[in-house]
Amino acid sequence: MATIETGSFRAWLLAETPGSALQARSQSMYLAWRNFSRNPIAMTGLIVIVSLVAVAVLAPWITGSSGLEPKLGDRLQSPSSTHWFGTDELGRDIYDRIIWGSRITLYIVGLVSIIVVPIGLVIGTIAGYVGGVVDSFLMRLTDIFLAFPRLILAMAFVAALGPGLENAVLAIALTTWSPYARIARAEALTIRNREFILAAQVQGVSTLGILTRHVAPLCMSSVIVRLTLDMAGIILTAAGLGFLGLGAQPPTPEWGAMISLGRQYLIDQWWVPTVPGVAILIVSLGFNLLGDGLRDVLDPKSGAS
Amino acid sequence: MAESTASGQQTARPSLASPSIITNVLGVVASLALTFIGLTAITFVIGRVMPADPVLAIVGDRAGQDVYDQVYRELGLDKPIYVQYLRYLGQLADGDLGTSIMTAQPVMEDILRFFPATLELATIATLLGIFVGVPMGVLAAVNQGRWPDHIVRIVGLFGYSAPVFWLGMVALLIFYAKLDWVAGPGRLDVFYDGVIDPVTGVILIDAALARDWDIFNNAVSHLILPASILGTFTLAYIARMTRSFMLDQLSQEYVLTARVKGASERVVIWRHAFRNVLVQLITIIGLTYASLLEGSVLTETVFAWPGIGQYITNSLFNNDMNAVLGGTIVVGVCFVGINMLSDLLYRLVDPRVR
Repeated sequence: MATIETGSFRAWLLAETPGSALQARSQSMYLAWRNFSRNPIAMTGLIVIVSLVAVAVLAPWITGSSGLEPKLGDRLQSPSSTHWFGTDELGRDIYDRIIWGSRITLYIVGLVSIIVVPIGLVIGTIAGYVGGVVDSFLMRLTDIFLAFPRLILAMAFVAALGPGLENAVLAIALTTWSPYARIARAEALTIRNREFILAAQVQGVSTLGILTRHVAPLCMSSVIVRLTLDMAGIILTAAGLGFLGLGAQPPTPEWGAMISLGRQYLIDQWWVPTVPGVAILIVSLGFNLLGDGLRDVLDPKSGAS
Repeated sequence: MAESTASGQQTARPSLASPSIITNVLGVVASLALTFIGLTAITFVIGRVMPADPVLAIVGDRAGQDVYDQVYRELGLDKPIYVQYLRYLGQLADGDLGTSIMTAQPVMEDILRFFPATLELATIATLLGIFVGVPMGVLAAVNQGRWPDHIVRIVGLFGYSAPVFWLGMVALLIFYAKLDWVAGPGRLDVFYDGVIDPVTGVILIDAALARDWDIFNNAVSHLILPASILGTFTLAYIARMTRSFMLDQLSQEYVLTARVKGASERVVIWRHAFRNVLVQLITIIGLTYASLLEGSVLTETVFAWPGIGQYITNSLFNNDMNAVLGGTIVVGVCFVGINMLSDLLYRLVDPRVR
């Protein structure tokens, strides 16, 4: 019974002529997924990221403590069955802190994305669609931000705004949005003269409506690929700012800040700074793998490079 | 900047004059100027919105209101904001970045003292990246889809994904603390400090000039670890780009022609395909070199390397805003300048871009 059902569902997904918009959309998603799931690199990346999300969601149930309260009696214990990754200089369980820290990593990733993508889409689609002087002006602005040294500028911003997680995210976002504007503009330029846009114009759809309902959605796949590929860099920059003491402040279990605090114990208690570093490495590797795979699936043109 | 414009116009001889070269060069110069304006505008704004009161930093909190007002006027803070910005640009043009609160010296002098250390680190890191990354990329391209390609891809992914400051710490733990193969943090052992004249500030060159090979070797031993760590990302990037450029070339018809003519594989790869990749590679190397100048901040912190990155970080923690912004501008100018130079080079050398 169940096999017949999945069989017909599969047939529905693979039908030559989709009967409804829902079916057409499901079909293209299913085909993309089939492509994607055949790519072992992309799947590895996806598994890493899904695990990260799962760990972040399940944090209260898979940790023994909040990872914030010091327990000085347990200072700097080596990894054991009670403390899998050992304890830090204040006796806090490093495993618990890593798990809670995954939420901060996701928070950074999410916050940067919801700032950067809208800014890039707005500037890029307007520049590409409207063209002319507006285009020149917006693209010069984008070029200026594109040409800046990212970490140093983020440092200067944090210096002005004061250290802290949100300010670090804001600083990263301010130095990251420009490539998205470039991508969105390039897409908008190719879309602008297509027939369905002309049809919308003839029907009297406003420029705003065309931009938000027809141009922007078509830019999304390139933007998402780029975002996934950039994610590792964003995580590394955030961790770097945390390491310098400019990002998340103690006792927040941000991984970069944990490395920074554990630095002085490197030689005798190697696990204190090493474990958070491995966590950062795994997550940014996951995003890089996923991004590589997504690029192959969604954007076959650049697959060769 | 003026030089590149002049040489650009000279190469375009009247008979061959292609206006696109000149417009290209002019375009680059114009965007360079715009970018500098943008950069200085941002540092200017950051200097203004900074919660620290610049007047208070100079007069101290025990000064009277009249002294405060006098300094306020001397700094031009009573003028409209655009006048202040123009004044700021004028100071920058004179190389005046203000005085550092921390060292009580002009920021420009501080930076000139710290910069050679960063230059040395970034240069050696880039050289490592080139000499390891380029052969790796070629190897991967020639063996596309086979195990050398996969190994290069995996090494590259790790290079992209590892936090450089953490990698540096682990490397210090293994190669310095445990194995004792290299010297530890800093540029030289303590007892070599200040022995040779800082002619250029680059210790390798200074030691070679003074023919003091003990110091030279010591400097190499200190340099090799941070340079390798800093070069990891460059290496990964150069290897990946070399691979994709080479794949482009190897699929071209002229490569097939050369093979049909019976040229050996070595000649096909290095004399035909690789030569056409060079221009693109130079651009890429320029870009990574510029990013290393700024990317060295974290490596310098880990290895106690007294370069510009460490100078900016330390100033930041001491609320020394002049030093932070001065450092940002100098790094920014180098970054933008090198980027534009490699862009210009690409446009001038590659006939397809013209």
